[in-house]
Order: sequence, then structure tokens, then C-alpha cells
Amino acid sequence: MLTKRIIPCLDVDAGRVVKGTSFVNLRDAGDPAELAAFYDREGGDELVFLDITASADSRDTMIDVVQRVSEQVFIPLTVGGGIRTIEDVRRMLNAGADKVSVNTAAINNPAIIGNGAAQFGSQCIVVAIDAKRVVPEAAGPAAESSRIDEIDESLALDPGSRWEVYTRGGRTPTGIDAVKWAALAVERGAGEILLTSMDADGQLAGYDLELTAAISGAVPVPVIASGGAGQLEHLYDALATGQADAVLAASIFHYGAYRIAEAKEYLNQRGVPVRPPPDDWAG
Amino acid sequence: MNRTASDLKIVVIDYQSGNLRSVAKALEVVGAAPVVTEDATELDSADAVILPGVGSGPAAMQALEKRGLIDPLKGYVASGRPFLGVCLGLQLLLERTEEGDAPCLGIVPGPVRRLPAGLKVPHMGWNSVEFQGSHPVFQGIPPGSHFYFVHSYYADPAERGGVVGATSYGIPFCSVYARDNLAATQFHPEKSGTVGLQIYRNFLDFARSQNSAATTAAPE
Repeated sequence: MLTKRIIPCLDVDAGRVVKGTSFVNLRDAGDPAELAAFYDREGGDELVFLDITASADSRDTMIDVVQRVSEQVFIPLTVGGGIRTIEDVRRMLNAGADKVSVNTAAINNPAIIGNGAAQFGSQCIVVAIDAKRVVPEAAGPAAESSRIDEIDESLALDPGSRWEVYTRGGRTPTGIDAVKWAALAVERGAGEILLTSMDADGQLAGYDLELTAAISGAVPVPVIASGGAGQLEHLYDALATGQADAVLAASIFHYGAYRIAEAKEYLNQRGVPVRPPPDDWAG
Repeated sequence: MNRTASDLKIVVIDYQSGNLRSVAKALEVVGAAPVVTEDATELDSADAVILPGVGSGPAAMQALEKRGLIDPLKGYVASGRPFLGVCLGLQLLLERTEEGDAPCLGIVPGPVRRLPAGLKVPHMGWNSVEFQGSHPVFQGIPPGSHFYFVHSYYADPAERGGVVGATSYGIPFCSVYARDNLAATQFHPEKSGTVGLQIYRNFLDFARSQNSAATTAAPE
């Protein structure tokens, strides 16, 4: 049976992991390769590296990071942050990434999705969506929908819209409906959606289950839920109620609240199929 | 003479298929020094060949054809030397694919079919493999082990004896094909952690044993 995935997310700044695990004795807790190997041993099903600087210089650094990690860790690697062009996609894949995640670039230049999928296969094009709940009274023409002219009118927020897409690391509202955007991104060739709730992110109070379920129901490709995990129950909720195919998590593992093996055991007991951790792979 | 894995000539076919680097790295980690090449003449002296692949089947066939690799690959497999196909490298062994209704290499009888409707496609993530036969390349892999899959089509070999492993996604499908010198997986062993690396290690052992058997039979 296809299992649900648990995906640790590592934030990288200038080649160093800045939000990594703090509960094990690693020789160098900021070394991406060492942390990747650690999460592989722990039973992480994939890894996401997020370039939080996302500048031209940092992209070269990320390429080096991806090369070093992919020489030592043999589980799928996704790289996100600052991917703007097809050439960026190509370089990351050649460096050893299995997938790239595009966010702002996909909104500003949607052709990157279709071109990327055509050249490299849709399985390696992840569209990341940062979504925020629409506050009813703030909706409508008052929203600064600066991008909407350049994209498709059919994506615009309407009175029934519940979540708006933000770009540039959550700084810029787009006037785009998140559910409509997810469907279009997949139509253009996205092989997976990485969905972050900006309302839930960092709150440790659980994923936005309504958002997760709305997007999961709207697209025929896997959805990775992100933002809000603070307890194991939250992972379960996102996978069961939210119908996500995978959960991305940072704080819950990095700060030592739980080990991945504990999360998997918990999910397994609640009837969610998961891959057993490597030291128990026959189980 | 016994040769070590790094003495063997392990060829990874380069047709810009995308996952070359991780396949080569996995081979290096288990002790090989693979030759990554698109040069068909390299197959003549190869002790083992790996055909990787992600993406579109018809595009892959065109890429192989453009490099003049189709007949050399068929000839290589017919020579009885060890061959490992990965993902698309399994599908391409069959006769035809429903993906664009295109011809494949025709080494293994049967079609490549689209995964059934109603499920999320691609089938992406870790799924288990039930082994229903044995082959040296899959020796010691615990039944029910999980491997990483990414695909929208699957191989449907006519001759079921070669279906050594099966996986379920809506329907049961052939996730491991192995027969004589041929071994192929629908999943990506190079992305399946420890248990995946074991398959590359086994493949090298298999290549080494075939090689020493061949040199014993016909001394150089």
C-alpha cells in the first residue's frame, strides 16, 4: 500500500542549516549533509531544502549543498527558494535534486511550470503555494491585486474565495484564489503541490485542515501539507481529515518534541499507512 | 581471476534521462566506478549495464534512437551479460507503451499500461514490494520492504514467471522483473535508502559472479 510521507524541511542560509535539529549530538548541527543523513536514518521519507536567502549568490551555494547531500543521502530531495528560471531548475536537478519547488516564479511566470514539466517531467516540478485565509470584510476590490492583470482573470478571488495566494515569502498578496491556482498549476504540469497555510505556520496549533482538504480535493496529484504541526495528532489530522498525501514538518522534529519514529508509530497505530523507519524496515 | 567491483566495467546509459547522477552516486557508494556514457560502442566491453530513466517513455525511446543505442542495447541483453533497468528502464524493455502509443525495445513480451483512473497519478511515494520469486539481484531483501516510486505507467509482462515482485496501487502491478541476466525495478533503488542501496550491491555481486563464471569458462 502506498504510504503517507513525513518530510522534514531544512532552512538553509549561506550553505548552513539555520533551523535544524537541536536534540541530537551531531558533530556539526548546521551541516546540511550531516543533518540529511540524520533524518534519513530517522526515517524521513524525503527531504526539503529551502533556500531562505534566495539570492543569486545563494543559489550557487545551494547547488553545492545539493551536490554534497545527494552524494551521501539516497532518499528524494526537493529544493525550493529562489528558483526563477528553467536554467535554475536544470542546474538543481543536475546537481542531484529530484524535485524543485517553485512559488513566486510560478505566479510571475507560469510558463516555468509547463516548460519544466515538458523538459524534465512533471514529477520533478513541485508548485509551492502560500495561502492565507480571506478576511471577509477585506475581500473584494480593496485587495491590492497587483498581479491579477498579468495572470488569468479566472484565478481572481471571488466572493466565495476562502484563501488567497501570497508570494515573495508571504509578503505580497496576489488577489489569486488558492484553490483555483492549485488546479491551474496542475493543469500546466505541476506533479505535486506543497501547500503552506500562512495562518497556521509557526503557530504549532495544527495544519489548516479545511485548506488542505479543499486543495487535496481539487487536484489529481499529491498534496504536501505544511505549516502548523506542533503535536503528532496534527500530522494525523492533516493526513486523515485534510486528505494530504504527505506532511512537511520543521519545528516538531527540529526542536526535539518528537522523533520521526515516534510520529510513524503513532500514525501506524491510528491506521495511517507509513513506511517503517530504516532500522525496522522489515516491519 | 577474481575481480573487484571497481575492476568491472559498469556502464550507466546516458540519454539525458534525469536521474543519472543519483544512479551513478549509488553505484559509487557500493564500490563501483561506473562509466556514464551515451557511446554505444562502450557496451561491447561492458561487464554490466544499467538503464536508468524518469519522464516520458516515447521521449526516452527517441533519445535512445538518436544516440544509436537501440540495437546495441538489444544486442547487449541478448549476450547474456547482467542488465539492470530502473523505472523507465523497466518499461522500455517491453514491446509497446500506452504512453503516446509508442514502441519500446521489445525485449520482454507485453505492454506498458497507464495506471487506472480514479487514483492520484503519478503514483508517488514509498510503497511495499511483495516478492513472489527469487533472483540474485533481490537476494536478502526482506518481503514487504518499502521503495520509492514515481510513475504513471507500469509494465505488464505477458510471461508472468519473470514477475519477481508486485506492488499494489489500485491494482497489483509488476514492480520487479527479473529473469536470467535481466533485472529491472519500477521503483528507484537509488532513492530508497538502505534497502535500495542493497539492490545495487547485489547487482554488483551478481555482475562479479557472472564475470568470473564467464572468464573461468573462457580464459582470457
